[in-house]
Amino acid sequence: MSPEPTSPQASAAQNVAASGAQFLTFMLSGEEYGVDILRVQEIKGWESATEIPNMPDYIRGVINLRGTIVPIVDLRRRFAMVSTEYTSTTVIIVLMVKSAEGAQRTMGFVVDAVSDVHSVGAAQIKPAPDFGGQIRAECVRGLATVDDKMIILLDIDQLISSDSAFDPTAETRH
Amino acid sequence: MTVDISQFHQIFFEESFEGLEVMETGLLNLGVGEPDLEAINTIFRAAHSIKGGSATFGFGAISHFTHVQETLLDEMRSGKRLVAHSVVDVLLRGVDGLRAMLSAARDGGRVEEAVIAEIRRELEALQKGNGPAETGGALAPAANTPRPVARTSAPLADWQLSFLPHAHLFGTGNDPVRILRELGTLATCTATVDLNRLPDLETFDPESCYLAWSLRVAGSAEEAKLREIFEWVDQDAEITFARVSEPATMPGFVKLPQAVVEANGAGTVAEPAAAHIAARQTAPPPAANASIRVDIDKVDALINMVGELVITQSMLSQFSGEFDLGALEKLREGLLQLERNTRELQESVMSIRMMPIGVSFNRFPRLVRDLSAKLNKQVELKLSGEHTELDKTVLEKIGDPLVHLVRNALDHGIELPATRLANGKPALGTLELRAYHEGGNIVIEIIDDGAGLNSARILATARDRAIVGADEMLTPEQIHELIFAPGFSTADIVSDVSGRGVGMDVVRRNIKDLGGVVEIASTLGKGSLFRIRLPLTLAILDGQLACVGDQIYIVPIVAIVESLQVEPAALSSITGQHQLYRLRDEYIPIVRLHEAFNVHARTTEIVDGLLIIVEGDGHKVGVFVDELLGQQQVVIKSLQTNFRRVTGVSGATILGDGKVAMIVDIGGLLQLSKLNAHEAKVWQPARRVA
Repeated sequence: MSPEPTSPQASAAQNVAASGAQFLTFMLSGEEYGVDILRVQEIKGWESATEIPNMPDYIRGVINLRGTIVPIVDLRRRFAMVSTEYTSTTVIIVLMVKSAEGAQRTMGFVVDAVSDVHSVGAAQIKPAPDFGGQIRAECVRGLATVDDKMIILLDIDQLISSDSAFDPTAETRH
Repeated sequence: MTVDISQFHQIFFEESFEGLEVMETGLLNLGVGEPDLEAINTIFRAAHSIKGGSATFGFGAISHFTHVQETLLDEMRSGKRLVAHSVVDVLLRGVDGLRAMLSAARDGGRVEEAVIAEIRRELEALQKGNGPAETGGALAPAANTPRPVARTSAPLADWQLSFLPHAHLFGTGNDPVRILRELGTLATCTATVDLNRLPDLETFDPESCYLAWSLRVAGSAEEAKLREIFEWVDQDAEITFARVSEPATMPGFVKLPQAVVEANGAGTVAEPAAAHIAARQTAPPPAANASIRVDIDKVDALINMVGELVITQSMLSQFSGEFDLGALEKLREGLLQLERNTRELQESVMSIRMMPIGVSFNRFPRLVRDLSAKLNKQVELKLSGEHTELDKTVLEKIGDPLVHLVRNALDHGIELPATRLANGKPALGTLELRAYHEGGNIVIEIIDDGAGLNSARILATARDRAIVGADEMLTPEQIHELIFAPGFSTADIVSDVSGRGVGMDVVRRNIKDLGGVVEIASTLGKGSLFRIRLPLTLAILDGQLACVGDQIYIVPIVAIVESLQVEPAALSSITGQHQLYRLRDEYIPIVRLHEAFNVHARTTEIVDGLLIIVEGDGHKVGVFVDELLGQQQVVIKSLQTNFRRVTGVSGATILGDGKVAMIVDIGGLLQLSKLNAHEAKVWQPARRVA
């Protein structure tokens, strides 16, 4: 470690060099969640989306991202949290999501606010207990503690591929 | 320096398939007995390029196969062989064989060796039977012979060549392997490499040529041709030609690659050969990354347009610094110019995907020739409008339906010569394929002067099968429409010849998938006309914008019959759930878009909104929306790229304000409304004519 106190970014860079990965963290109802920063394509302010017929309520619709049609998922609603009005800090995090077959899809996720970038070594990640409910254990890569706060590291690929609403082969049913 | 030769494979295949088209068209047009020298030359040249290309890229079997064809063509060209029907037939089969081999080589598949061998036997038999001085000889088996082996020949004494390249040969850009390969295509030849000049490794200069060859070439090779091969290197090598007395012992070219590979192991002299072998081992990728050949004029037009766009841009950027109201007029002018540029650019870019329908028509002369011979019918095929352009994707997908319709016309439409004469028609039937543009669509017509559809028999069969009720009265058009009904084989109604093809329902479905329609006009005894109307492109759609609540939906204009304000008196309902609207003679079910799509509507009172009468899957429905906005062309974007298929929606588009709008899929919408109705009963709109 260098003698002077380092900024989170600088220490993150060092940790990455060691072994860990960097996570972009964001807030949902006071809880901090993290996603692999390499998947983040961009962060943009909320804009209203065009509804897709007959979809679960957490799929807000699609937006135009420079000519491509990108679906938008409200993570609060996805996790069955109390949904609130969108504020000035509400953002869409645009992520690249991979399917089990390796196909890549671009999707946007509505969160309360972006928080920070943390680097987390593999050893710091603790397995998540099975808690049932709206978010299945396999969608969580693990729990990490940074500055005495718990960060829930999401496995975004699992979150999407375990959800039949995103099955590319599915047909809409009521 | 290893050149990855496989990168050129795709071009080679494209050119070869084009060459095959040229050969096929040429052969079909070749007048029997009166050889048009230029036509034969064209065919010969096409065969020759395929041969040369396949040898270069290491497809020995293909090169070898083409060589036999080329020889036959050469004989026809030089007048040594008469142009007979039988020869043309065999050559055409040869084209088929080549096509199969090329496709297999491109996609990494396997060819049916037996079929290829059979065709080759026919070609060789022909060559032997009528061949002049040459007799077909040691044709190596089709397997991966590293390079083509030409026919051995006969009484002439063999050539003994010595080829001693100077050390600087590589510096002049010449490659002995290529020369030897060329030699191999000329005649059977045996090569022995002389490694004596090869120095020790310390003094070895990889850019120098240390090898020499002594070559034995079959005597059939002409001296002039031999000299021509070495023409490029006669300043850079010592070459001697001489005829020897005793005939060659070991025909074949097998020794050469071994020698080269050996030398390659010692140094790196013959790198091209190594690359050549490696390229053959790595199978070329299947033709997934489709490419397109674009007319240079189109590219030039595009460049001009981008130039204009840049001028407009610089004109507009003047305003960004300082703007005074006086320049408003100029700004407006600039924006108008920008609009025009953008539109032209869009049209121009779209036109790059456009290809002439002739590409698809080209297969028909062959098909008609073969099929009419098989059916003992005399048919003249007329093509017109081959230059009419349409989108490449549409073009590729319309091929099969067209083939079905043409086959049907030949099989069931045009009668046997005797029948035709008995009916006072000329024995020679006419089949016409016509294409033209009409109002943003391409229209393709298949017209025959055959028997026409027998309405009475169609109706009788339809009644038998309970497709039509016993007391239902149908108009002639409705009866003709029946042949598109699933399971309604044309074979047992229109003629007694057993149908081989796919049913007409598949033809109609394929055309519909492309956003098109097919119509029939037919007169008994006079002939039939099938008219296919297709959108020019699948990427753009004419849409009617309709609004429901705060959402805007696009309804394809091609599906819209009419739009109307609801007349309360014309409303009625069935079982209290299904609302019907009486439009002239028909009762039309109403689908509420907001219910089908589960969105908020501004109004649910049917009299406050509008009905768009659309036709989908042969049924008319009235789609209830809040109001209609404008009509515009929209660019179709896929929802599947980043999401999935959604029932009732065929895609999305981006409107002028940057917002996304869903494009309504009428068929899917009908499904949704049935699901929403919670009733298994499917309501069929009345077909009866009042």
